[in-house]
Amino acid sequence: MNTLVGTSRLIRFILRRERVRLSIWLLVLTLVPVQTANAFKALYPSEGSREQLVNTVATNPAFAALLGPIFGSSIGAVTAWRVGVIGSVLVGLMAVLTVIRHTREEEETGRRELLGATVVGRHAPLTAALMVTAGAGLVLGLLLAAGFLGIGLETGGALAFGLGFSAIALAFAMVAGVAAQLTGGAGAARGIAVAAVGAAFVLRMFGDGGGVPWASWLSPIGWFTQLRPFAATGERWWVLSLSLGLAVALGTLGYVLSARRDVGAGALPPRPGPAQAAPSFRSPLGLAWRLQKGSLVGWSLGLAVLGAVYGSVGDSIGDLLTDNPQLAEIFELLGGQQGITDAFFSTAMGILAVIASAYAIRTALRLRVEEEGLLAEPLLVTAVPRLQWARSHLYFALFGSVLMLGLAGLVAGATYGAIAGDTGQMWRVLGAALIQVPAVWVVAGVATALFGLAPRLTALSWGVLVACLVFGQLGEILQFPRWLLNLSPFTHVPNLLAADVNAVPLIWLLVTAALLLSGGMAGFRRRDIG
Amino acid sequence: MDSVISVSGLRKSYGHTLALDGLDLQISQGEVHGFLGPNGAGKTTTIRILLGLIRADAGQAMLLGGDPWSDSTELHRRLAYVPGDVTLWPHLTGGEVIDLLGRLRGGLDLDKKQKLLQRFDLDPTKKGRTYSKGNRQKVALIAALSSNVELLILDEPTAGLDPLMEAEFRACINEDRHLGRTVLLASHILAEVEALCDRVSIVRAGKTVESGTLADLRHLTRTTISAELASPPTGIGELAGVHGFQSEDSRVDFEVDSDRLGEVLSHLARLGVRSLISHPPTLEELFMRHYRDADAST
Repeated sequence: MNTLVGTSRLIRFILRRERVRLSIWLLVLTLVPVQTANAFKALYPSEGSREQLVNTVATNPAFAALLGPIFGSSIGAVTAWRVGVIGSVLVGLMAVLTVIRHTREEEETGRRELLGATVVGRHAPLTAALMVTAGAGLVLGLLLAAGFLGIGLETGGALAFGLGFSAIALAFAMVAGVAAQLTGGAGAARGIAVAAVGAAFVLRMFGDGGGVPWASWLSPIGWFTQLRPFAATGERWWVLSLSLGLAVALGTLGYVLSARRDVGAGALPPRPGPAQAAPSFRSPLGLAWRLQKGSLVGWSLGLAVLGAVYGSVGDSIGDLLTDNPQLAEIFELLGGQQGITDAFFSTAMGILAVIASAYAIRTALRLRVEEEGLLAEPLLVTAVPRLQWARSHLYFALFGSVLMLGLAGLVAGATYGAIAGDTGQMWRVLGAALIQVPAVWVVAGVATALFGLAPRLTALSWGVLVACLVFGQLGEILQFPRWLLNLSPFTHVPNLLAADVNAVPLIWLLVTAALLLSGGMAGFRRRDIG
Repeated sequence: MDSVISVSGLRKSYGHTLALDGLDLQISQGEVHGFLGPNGAGKTTTIRILLGLIRADAGQAMLLGGDPWSDSTELHRRLAYVPGDVTLWPHLTGGEVIDLLGRLRGGLDLDKKQKLLQRFDLDPTKKGRTYSKGNRQKVALIAALSSNVELLILDEPTAGLDPLMEAEFRACINEDRHLGRTVLLASHILAEVEALCDRVSIVRAGKTVESGTLADLRHLTRTTISAELASPPTGIGELAGVHGFQSEDSRVDFEVDSDRLGEVLSHLARLGVRSLISHPPTLEELFMRHYRDADAST
């Protein structure tokens, strides 16, 4: 097939360009689950102690909603429950970002054209990107299986867990392959594909915690849970065929769409715009608004939807407890129904805060993207001072993240309050969301400081975010030392719903954020552009 | 004449790569100055220092009487810049970019903008990502030329323009010259520099190797002569200042140092001249000689 000429060379080329990034993804996604299993071994050495854990989990619907159901008391089953869903989301993101980077982004930058003129078939770039991503997923699966076998877990479960992650990578690679054909730009394609990962996450949560069990079956992430790696009742291997089926269907769609369109074009033709700028379009902030509003709206909507889901799930947690008076009695000792719901919302707002931090990083680093794309220069050679330009984007990082966090908290609280018939809850949940703001600003500060002081290392910001996520989700289980956990700003956010808030850590977070931001700005004022 | 740009001993290195190695550049008010050099000679680095985008490691640079780094915002109101590699925001139209850049500089001449849009035949309603390279270049040119600034800094501004548009560009620069505007034109296109520039500076490997008016530079170099003689061409090759002598029957071709031209012509006259073609060194010859000579010496 001559449309695939050059695929193998492109695969090698992509692997060369991705060697650091993919290696880090694979390393983190292998080490974290295997280390979690190791930690469970040490923390719950006996079958009895694990049964106790499973009973607590199985009877607590908040856990099911946040992390998924648990299917056994073996080390493997407990590990699959603890890291399965969060790992699935990360695998999905890895797949989506890799495919978009090597398809749509290559077209947008014009590099695709450079390649297209050489002996490269029209479907070769898409095929190469999909194969590299699916291949990375397969390698991840085998590494995970080997890692689990290495610490003595069951063979079947180890393979199921590994291949379950491989299947997610495959399915989302194909999702991204389709998204890459639909839009005119890489940003929109990435947005669609990331939203698909988010939708899969939300559907799974509805299914496992919201009393709509079939919703899990609409989600590739739900399929991982339903594959039941390490389950006491055995794995359900046939579930893997769902991912394969979806991959074949989306793969076919991707190629059909790709064959129909021109290189660089989307499904919609470009439309002409205004010949003159609106009178109000006259400042760096105005330009930043034009460049940022789409992503601000998209992320805000995404977070609001997630907030609504948390809100509605939060109420069903209460329902399940009232349905079972004995259970409610047990939980009365643990702080009562309110205590369980509060714990759920605190955790949920923590997750929203991490997502808002991802927005803050992305938006702050837009400065670097503009600079590298030679789009800072035309502004900086006008009468715009450097810092004014930098601030125009940082406002979005700082206040956009507050806006979306507040919106998500409000929607979560309102949804929960409306269903539970207790509108007072709205303000409590909103407060639990907004108290995360100082920690989000510290993360934004890290990205800004890197931009100003070490512009070549800005990608480290994402490493910082992943570290915060791992520390927050798994830090206790992995028994990281206290000082290490303390490095994450989210460790210091007080739990508004559970206790009286001590403002001191919040002040320290704000001071840290201010120092990082001003350090970054001072560095940017002094350094060379480009 | 007031000095608009005054650079001396400018040095800049990126890691181990030396980009500027003591570069000098003097440009007076009202002058159109050609800035010549091969790829990687340091032209763009010099311009980026003058624009306050990067900081020199050593040396002096003055721009419009101010310091390009510390006074950048104020100085930028008085100049406009066209980069060699124009990128536009994918979702903004060309018209919006022209207006925005003009306003950020402190205002643009709307009449002039309309005229330039027509002269350069640019559709301002298209989105940035749908423009071709030449059209992106036109957006940047119109944005710069429609402002009433004192200084234009142009870094290979006609790359990607078709010959018609290039002619239009030359006409615009000539009009600006009459308005007393100073222009720094970095270029590879020697015909363009020859047609537009009052003075030129030639840089190589981060140093200025030649600077002056075109006439000055020509004076330093050789005129090419082709002649048909009435008698055998004896003794020409041995004359001082004659280079690359070749003869075929009565036909001779050679180059002669400009300061020896008179002696050589009287020798030819003694031999009897049937026809004679002489032409002054083109900038291209000047340019090539500088690089070839320099390459040979390194």
